[in-house]
Amino acid sequence: MGLKILTEHINVPGIETYETYRKMGGYRSVEKALKTMTPDEVVEEVKKSGLRGRGGAGFPTGMKWSFLAKPEGKPRYLVCNADESEPGTFKDRVLMEKIPHALIEGMITSSFALGARTSYIYIRGELMFVLRILEKAIAEAYANGMLGENILGSGYSLDLHVHPGGGAYICGEETALLESLEGKRGNPRNKPPFPAVWGLYGSPTVVNNVESIATVPWIVNNTGDEYAKIGVGRSTGTKLISAGGHLNKPGVYEIELGLPVEEFLYSDEYCGGIWKGRKFKAVVAGGSSVPILPAELFLKTAEGVPRVMTYESLSEGGFVSGTMLGSGGFIAMDDTTCVVRNTWNFARFYHHESCGQCSPCREGTGWMEKVLHRLEHGHGSMHDIDLLVSISKQIEGNTICPLGDAAAWPVASAVRHFREEFEWHVRNPQEATKPGAVFNKSEAVLA
Amino acid sequence: MVDFKDKSEVKFSEAAQKEIERYISHYPADRKKSAVLPVLHIAQAEFGGWVSPAVQDKVAEILGIEPIEVYEVATFYTMFNLKPVGNYVLEVCRTGPCMLRGSDQLIEHIENRIGCKVGETSPDGMFTLKTVECLAACGMGPMLQIHEDYHENLDPEKVDKLLEDLRNKAAVKQSN
Ligand SMILES: Cc1cc2nc3c(=O)[nH]c(=O)nc-3n(C[C@H](O)[C@H](O)[C@H](O)COP(=O)(O)O)c2cc1C
Ligand code: SF4
Ligand code: FES
Repeated sequence: MGLKILTEHINVPGIETYETYRKMGGYRSVEKALKTMTPDEVVEEVKKSGLRGRGGAGFPTGMKWSFLAKPEGKPRYLVCNADESEPGTFKDRVLMEKIPHALIEGMITSSFALGARTSYIYIRGELMFVLRILEKAIAEAYANGMLGENILGSGYSLDLHVHPGGGAYICGEETALLESLEGKRGNPRNKPPFPAVWGLYGSPTVVNNVESIATVPWIVNNTGDEYAKIGVGRSTGTKLISAGGHLNKPGVYEIELGLPVEEFLYSDEYCGGIWKGRKFKAVVAGGSSVPILPAELFLKTAEGVPRVMTYESLSEGGFVSGTMLGSGGFIAMDDTTCVVRNTWNFARFYHHESCGQCSPCREGTGWMEKVLHRLEHGHGSMHDIDLLVSISKQIEGNTICPLGDAAAWPVASAVRHFREEFEWHVRNPQEATKPGAVFNKSEAVLA
Repeated sequence: MVDFKDKSEVKFSEAAQKEIERYISHYPADRKKSAVLPVLHIAQAEFGGWVSPAVQDKVAEILGIEPIEVYEVATFYTMFNLKPVGNYVLEVCRTGPCMLRGSDQLIEHIENRIGCKVGETSPDGMFTLKTVECLAACGMGPMLQIHEDYHENLDPEKVDKLLEDLRNKAAVKQSN
């Protein structure tokens, strides 16, 4: 069994209550930080830990914290990104639902480190039932003196609030999230200025993912050096993986970074292999935004090196033959999966979620969806396949926020790795549009 | 169906008013506008599952902002229904991971059972069927949301049972 930092007590009955959480050692980091450390010392520990943002981009958390501007006379804010809307990802929701106090403890310790006096958790509006769990837990934390005025007699005061979104994937992008928290449409801002200088209400702000923040207590309790010993190289610590798709045991798993991908996929401790005794065809390993990989290239790099679950190993081979760990949304596909249909589904998602500010994203995502719809429904041409690649190139890098790239990569990678399957749809429209029809490589070669 | 001639008719219950005040207190005094999403959620739950123009005007009044500032938000975020809906809004996730686990078939099954297509309300006014994008339940798909509740790991039998329970619940409500 791998080390569990976030989920060790997830199945303890009553762990959602303050009392049980505290009994299991909860809120120790608040005591330690507020009573025995300076804010800068907390930041230093997080830096040493090597913790990288768990929201998808993997930016070092300690470094992000040290960039926070501290002008006189302006408040500073910590905003937790609990928007979790990346298809394939459901780890933050499970963590908040089961152990709400883990996030609240992390928010208090992190807010102290950053000098924030008011902090917000921005949660996607659909998760109203989780918002209510969090609010109940926050009320308990206030009642026990962990929030509010003069926490534990330390002189440090903090208010913590939960804010519901309204149903918009783009509000997971941190500047769109801040706009949304200000009561506006979720249009990403032009950067710079970055939130560290100009964030919520024009004040310096740090935005961090739920999992990143929930990890801070362990680092404070055990030191950054101890955390950095877990994992491999620059991928330190543990990571929550949301495992979904065609698996025997879908669910949220906490893994030590560096776990062999084969063990993660096949062992009974984790996903338990592909369901229904079927073959493993492809995987989207880090949430819908990352490149899709065929099974062979996921298990081993193009050079034949077995991959492990780290930021570096999954991206080995770059965009030609690699992918990304991203937000840890692991979507496995068996051999009955139509890659064209799946790619069309994702393209429709990005088109639906584009905020519409930049034309390459607004128009390009719509165009890709249309072309993929055509291909999937038997009206496509060979030219359409190249058209997809060309549109994706025109979007990539030409937009205000990374949603454009996130829309382009799944399409470009699907065509790169599964071109024969796209061509089969063009050549055999009647066959391909039968319900449940799937391209079969070996038969196609024979035909 | 709940509707109002104009905002003067829109009256929140005492509990809802308290909840609105509580949210407003979370933001700096000069940033009341921040509460627009929470207040729209409260309004939608309060007034029959949708936010009519009169309700949106009332929200603007409460927050001391221009009506247009509420309209542009209500139209941007997909959770707000801008037209009347049935007693129960069924929001089925249609995104990739749920599709891999059978959401297409589930949607078709529901359409047949309630007698309307996605985007419509059933002839008896009981259900409105919507498809939505990933709801952070991918490992428990296919799934759907009804108001605040998630229903996960669904199959046709479970859905039939769910629809029947809702019909019964509505009948009980009506007879009371
Ligand atoms: C389109 C888009 C959607 C995003 N969605 C999320 C999200 O749901 N949750 C999240 O934590 N980060 C999301 N991010 C990343 C955030 O912008 C930001 O990098 C992150 O919250 C920072 O936290 P971290 O450093 O702790 O990862 C998204 C980014 C983009 C471009
Ligand atoms: S890339 Fe797309 S989502 Fe991002 S700002 Fe531009 S239009 Fe909006
Ligand atoms: S794809 Fe349906 S909940 Fe994520």
